[in-house]
Amino acid sequence: MELSYSAEEKAFQREVRDWLAYTLPSHISDAVRRGGELTKAIMEEWHALLHAKGWLATTWPVEFGGTGWTPVERHIFEEECCRAYAPRIVPFGTNMLGPVLHKFGSKEQQDYHLPRILNGEIWWCQGYSEPGAGSDLASLKTRAVREGDHYVVNGQKTWTTLGQHADWIFCLVRTDPEVKAQEGISFLLIDMKTPGIEVRPIKLIEGGHEVNEVFFTDVKVPAENLVGQENKGWTIAKYLLTHERTNIANVGFSMQALEEVKALARTMKRRGRPLIEDPLFAARIAEVEIQLEAMKITNLRMLFQAQQQGAPGPETSILKIKGTVIFQELKDLARRALGPMAAPFPGHVTEGNLMFGPPDTEHNAARYFNNRKTSIYGGSNEIQRNILTKTMLEL
Amino acid sequence: MDFSLTDDRRMLQDSLTRFLADKYGAEHRVKVAYEAPFHDPALWGELTELGALYALAPEAQGGFGGTGFDISVVFEALGRAMCPEPVLGALMASRLLGAAGAEQDALLSGATKYAVAIAEPDAPYDLGSIGVTAKGDGEAITLSGRKTAIYGGQVAEIFLVVALMNGKPAVFEVRADQAQVVGYGLMDGGGAAELLLDDTPAALLLADAGAVIESAVNAGIVALAAEAVGLMSVAHEMTVDYLRQRKQFGVTIGKFQALQHRAVDMLTEIEQSRSLVIKAAAELDGPEASRFCAMVKALVGRAGRLVAEEAIQMHGGIGVTWEYPLAHYAKRITLLDAQLGDTDHHLGTLIDGYKAA
Ligand SMILES: Cc1cc2nc3c(=O)[nH]c(=O)nc-3n(C[C@H](O)[C@H](O)[C@H](O)COP(=O)(O)OP(=O)(O)OC[C@H]3O[C@@H](n4cnc5c(N)ncnc54)[C@H](O)[C@@H]3O)c2cc1C
Repeated sequence: MELSYSAEEKAFQREVRDWLAYTLPSHISDAVRRGGELTKAIMEEWHALLHAKGWLATTWPVEFGGTGWTPVERHIFEEECCRAYAPRIVPFGTNMLGPVLHKFGSKEQQDYHLPRILNGEIWWCQGYSEPGAGSDLASLKTRAVREGDHYVVNGQKTWTTLGQHADWIFCLVRTDPEVKAQEGISFLLIDMKTPGIEVRPIKLIEGGHEVNEVFFTDVKVPAENLVGQENKGWTIAKYLLTHERTNIANVGFSMQALEEVKALARTMKRRGRPLIEDPLFAARIAEVEIQLEAMKITNLRMLFQAQQQGAPGPETSILKIKGTVIFQELKDLARRALGPMAAPFPGHVTEGNLMFGPPDTEHNAARYFNNRKTSIYGGSNEIQRNILTKTMLEL
Repeated sequence: MDFSLTDDRRMLQDSLTRFLADKYGAEHRVKVAYEAPFHDPALWGELTELGALYALAPEAQGGFGGTGFDISVVFEALGRAMCPEPVLGALMASRLLGAAGAEQDALLSGATKYAVAIAEPDAPYDLGSIGVTAKGDGEAITLSGRKTAIYGGQVAEIFLVVALMNGKPAVFEVRADQAQVVGYGLMDGGGAAELLLDDTPAALLLADAGAVIESAVNAGIVALAAEAVGLMSVAHEMTVDYLRQRKQFGVTIGKFQALQHRAVDMLTEIEQSRSLVIKAAAELDGPEASRFCAMVKALVGRAGRLVAEEAIQMHGGIGVTWEYPLAHYAKRITLLDAQLGDTDHHLGTLIDGYKAA
């Protein structure tokens, strides 16, 4: 057993840390620290900086312009990015579609799309979920009918994150309604500017706009935008799901959040003393810190295993369940520490230059509510338990 | 033993519930609760005409209720509708005015809106560490310091401010038009204000008023806990409805035992909360009021978190959308914990009691 990083890994960590210190603009890290929604302009700027360094596509092999990093290197990079308050990259093009195109894409698709993902020319969103197909994704109904050299797509996607900013959407569509649900699904790339596509915003619990409904009415999609074979889309979806599973433990963000909670608990007062001296609140912090310390190792153990076996296994569902719960708990503690000062609607208390609470805390309640989503999307925590029940317990 | 409501209270409950259901549908509520002035002035008028505020004060003070049960009946109904009207301030102000033997016609009729200012940035929950202090005496009293998160303060005309005088908590009247009031909307709907006092003129209402203030806070706690029971009940009903309707994997999701048991756990916590609300309401004017109020506020803080989080989780994505009222119930349930002492604060009070014994 050797828990620390190797000499090379430590050198790599140093390199990443130095690069971030030198390159990450303070207006970006400040925006991340404040915790509000990040604009598309900020994300474009950050992606461009990473791309210039060759560090945008951390899950891609070198031949496609990726870093070719091992899971451990990727982990170090993500940890350092969190530490520096760098934004989390928009995953749809780089982390989701990229690996799919490497494995299933045609040469033309790879040549056209991969460079445009890297240089930011095309922003992607993910069109999987539908009103009637959430956890039961395979029941999706959006229909694609082959007519000559194109497909005609009709139906609706929903919960499409950042669809309002996306240029293209990768979709799961039904190409054969007659067969078993999983066997009639295909994976299509669709240009959002195609006539017949309408994007409508969905406002979330805290008032933010990050998800959308996307409606398709007789949308003509060139047949060459089919990825892989017709009716084999489910295989691709499952492959993507394993790739989605990198960094699902959220350890870096939770470490950052834990430090924030401790700092807040030193600032806020209860009964004339710093909140951190209240044994009840301190116990809440300690409970989650214990979980997080364990999670760091659980995460590394599973990374190690993935590195040995070449792919993450079903046990990574543990990371999703526990990782989201830890992060959500920390968001609860931040809000709780602020007490009634967490309650104002962000941006409301600005009259008379009145700083409402400690710096960078106005979004704390909003973040708590917004992050309830993390145990719902990407396979809800109930679905993760079902996976573990089947695969690990074989029940 | 009889746990049923008296006829009078049942009538009060029925008329309030009907009024709120008719006029304060979720869609209307969500519209008015997030736009200045963060409540509906017309419906405030109708609500007060119905006598909702008179129910909060005893007959001797011009009302027709004022017991813990009157308070819990009114606030459970308000909770079921997520009503953002500034009734809590009226209730607590009425307790303070009543204790001072002061006139409260304008308050009970709804003509004048009151808010009670206790919390401060460094003393959100604890009377013992407030810092706003009175200077001068007689006609020439002024207050300085900052009061925070005063619910209903964005529309209050009169603030009853808790401040130290001769080292003891006292209650002062401050007119909104003589102070700097920064009003704002809240994450869970409704409004509040910061009150910035800088040698602001104030009139003494109650000197050496620790016990009276505690009793007003206790009334407020019974109100909030009852509101929480109303809110949690609706969130639970919506969740069970959803479990019955939503289909995934070819069945309604209510068929999944993993969800069934959790919906039952929510119900259990809500029933436990309801029981302690009844107990705290019954004890409100007795010697152990503070102990039972601490218990019920701690309990609804815990139960509320469970109910809000589970209700959202079992709804899936729809549970985190603005359009669907559940999100607003969940926010209100959650942030109610930070009014008049959160779970940890009240557990601390109970623990102090063990030490003293
Ligand atoms: C903020 C946000 C962003 C999203 N972004 C995207 C995106 O970019 N692209 C995209 O395609 N999708 C996206 N999603 C959709 C997300 O993947 C779905 O919300 C998720 O799959 C759950 O589906 P659902 O919301 O329909 O809930 P449902 O599937 O209806 O689930 C409701 C409840 O039932 C439970 N449940 C369901 N089946 C079972 C079972 N068999 N056993 C036990 N419990 C069960 C669920 O866990 C949940 O608690 C996003 C969602 C959110 C909230």
